[in-house]
Amino acid sequence: MDYNLLWFVLVGILFAGYAMLDGFDLGVGALILGVKDDQDRRLFYNAIGPVWDGNEVWLVTGGGALFAAFPPVYATVFSGFYLAFMLLLFALIFRAVAIEFRSKEPWLWWRRWWDRGFCAGSTTAALLIGVAMGNIVWGIPLDANGEFAGTFLGLLHPYALLMGGTTVALFMMHGAIYLHMKTEGDLQARVREWINPLIIAFIVCFSLTTLATLLYVPRMTAILRAQPALFGVVVLLVLAVANLPREIHRNRDAAAFLSSCATMLLLMALFGLGMFPHMVYAVPNPEHSLTAYNAASTQKTLKIMTLIAAIGVPIVLAYTTTVYYIFRGKVKLGKDSY
Amino acid sequence: MNVELLSRIQFAFTAAFHYLYPPLSIGLGLALVMMEASWLRTRNPLYHNMARFWTKVFGLIFGLGVATGIVLEFEFGTNWATYSRFVGDIFGSALAAEGIFAFFLESGFLAILLFGWDKVGPKMHFFATCMVALGAHFSAVWIIVANSWQQTPAGSHLEINGQPVPLGHVFERSDLGHARMVIDDFWGVVFNPSSMDRLSHTLVAAWLAGAFLVVSVAAYYLLRRRHVTFATASLKFGILLAIVASLLSLVTGHGSAGGVARNQPSKLAAMEGQWQTGPAAPLHPFGWVDGENQRTVGPAIPAGLSLLVGGTRDQVVTGLNDIPLDLRPPIQATFQCFHLMVGIGLALIGLSLWGGWLWWRGRLEQLESRSTKWFLWLAVPSVLLPQIGNQVGWFTAEIGRQPWIVWGYLRTSDGLSAVVRANQVLGSLIGFGLIYLLLFVLFVFLLNRKIHHGPEPVEESHSLPENWLKEPRA
Repeated sequence: MDYNLLWFVLVGILFAGYAMLDGFDLGVGALILGVKDDQDRRLFYNAIGPVWDGNEVWLVTGGGALFAAFPPVYATVFSGFYLAFMLLLFALIFRAVAIEFRSKEPWLWWRRWWDRGFCAGSTTAALLIGVAMGNIVWGIPLDANGEFAGTFLGLLHPYALLMGGTTVALFMMHGAIYLHMKTEGDLQARVREWINPLIIAFIVCFSLTTLATLLYVPRMTAILRAQPALFGVVVLLVLAVANLPREIHRNRDAAAFLSSCATMLLLMALFGLGMFPHMVYAVPNPEHSLTAYNAASTQKTLKIMTLIAAIGVPIVLAYTTTVYYIFRGKVKLGKDSY
Repeated sequence: MNVELLSRIQFAFTAAFHYLYPPLSIGLGLALVMMEASWLRTRNPLYHNMARFWTKVFGLIFGLGVATGIVLEFEFGTNWATYSRFVGDIFGSALAAEGIFAFFLESGFLAILLFGWDKVGPKMHFFATCMVALGAHFSAVWIIVANSWQQTPAGSHLEINGQPVPLGHVFERSDLGHARMVIDDFWGVVFNPSSMDRLSHTLVAAWLAGAFLVVSVAAYYLLRRRHVTFATASLKFGILLAIVASLLSLVTGHGSAGGVARNQPSKLAAMEGQWQTGPAAPLHPFGWVDGENQRTVGPAIPAGLSLLVGGTRDQVVTGLNDIPLDLRPPIQATFQCFHLMVGIGLALIGLSLWGGWLWWRGRLEQLESRSTKWFLWLAVPSVLLPQIGNQVGWFTAEIGRQPWIVWGYLRTSDGLSAVVRANQVLGSLIGFGLIYLLLFVLFVFLLNRKIHHGPEPVEESHSLPENWLKEPRA
């Protein structure tokens, strides 16, 4: 395994980590208006309270790793998707401060407005992340210097929007499963009623996306045709999704949540398999594409980064697990709560 | 307005706004460690009460720091894509290391610091507080390393079309798309000539921000005769940290300026308004740069600059006249920002020592005493001084670095994104302006409410989490 491949995988893992973790708190945000009672909403906020900003660090670190390992990819995508990423930033800022400010004052209007902001920010962020992914899969116009040659509106084509919708459905499903794990009693029963419709919504969106990919972006499945053993990933993915209603039905919250995480990880794996070695696929001139080899930092930097990751990641995983362990179980409101 | 100016304004604005918060998390984080350590040592519930109050303030500040910090990491790519391609091999690793070593540490343990009072024992909580403070300091380490490498690039070389370029090669605009900086030596990058000087100066300045927040709020309570015991104790923590930090900022600032003189003579010349190259360069405590007549108006200490920089009157200081016009930074702005920073630094030393003297004489408790009252009156607005000092300090560093974005290699004006248009940046700038205005108003409003609400009353051990009472006393 060369360093370029290793960093292609590691960047993918960081973004998959982001999807698994921030995915549920973005999903909780999208669902917040689904309950009306203030206590119930506070339970939602506090279910993600201790962990949401740690989750967002996965995005920051993923972005940093992309910058370090593949600077041209970072530069082209971030400047090319300028307006989309600015909207994403505004959405992320808004939801972050909504969590922070919302319960600081008891006024009804204050809380209602921040709840709306939290919902809008979270949903927009999920949608934009999906649209960006959709464009990466579809391919974007690049010139001979590897610079983006399209427009903002050009990024909003049906395939990208479909991927955006799929991401929103996926995060809402993931968020509901997380909430099911963190709530109890009557509230949990209500959350439970959302889960199956959300699973169905996700399956519908995902099936459409898959069909569209097979029809219009056949290169994404080339590797599965070349190496049929990799079809195992698809099998695992379908099993992970099918396992969700089963675990919920058996009241095994944690297993359902892990199954949902596995779904995201496997989706990311399929995405990575389909893309490799491309990181930004150029249409209509594939020869302008940025790959893990023509757009990478030097081997020396990749080696240094590997060392940094080898030291840092185990430590991060150790205390992230510890924090999740300390805050395990049902969420209760106390005087330190939001 | 063109895309370059707009991009510069947007980056400066978002970075400056963000930088209201990290110094407070660094400084207040350290203060929290001191408070919790005191509680663990003495088991006096007063200290526990203090830690809890300041933790709440910390949470508010931290949340805004996170929300505004993500923006900066995105902006290198969105607005400065050419720069990002040029420096990615070096600059990117520092940002990634910041994420791995600092942000995860901070945010992970922040959960325990804010919400873990009832979930973990006091020692584990103290450990979490230490880790949050450490994480905040680490984040400064990596971002200062990255920024210092821009100021004094080391451990790296320029490469055009994949070929190493000898030092001193004139960099053509047409080479831009095919040129990048390449790493030679990681530790050479980390310990580049300016990083340690600038890191130490930035950290102690951040301690000042935290210390004076505590001093200011405590002084306000004392003047109002509210929470007197709590406020007096908080004030002492604040003053202690302020004395240490303000004196250290003098030492580290001197070190930093010496480094600027060696490595970035044009920046030093602009900071001091020095026009003629030569020995016995004067020092202006304040003044006005008269660019037209190439002189600096204002009182001058003869040979002061030479003495400060080299320790001798004979030290030659490069003047602006020996620096080509297109390599000079904006002189007036650099000069005024620098002098304002130094003035504020000296004022803070004075204020800290005054507070220390009152404490030593046992006068902090004598609220009737005239000099104590005067001190408290000045201490209330003093929270603004380190904030302004930090801002203008960074303005000095970054304006003084112009026209370079990577000193000696790449000009700021060449670092822009090729595909981003002026109206797009104008749109995002207006967006940031509106959102940040709203955030700032709400932040001040909520902080103000928190301060008015004050700490919870100490009813002995009632304010302790239940599971902490089971712990045997030390």
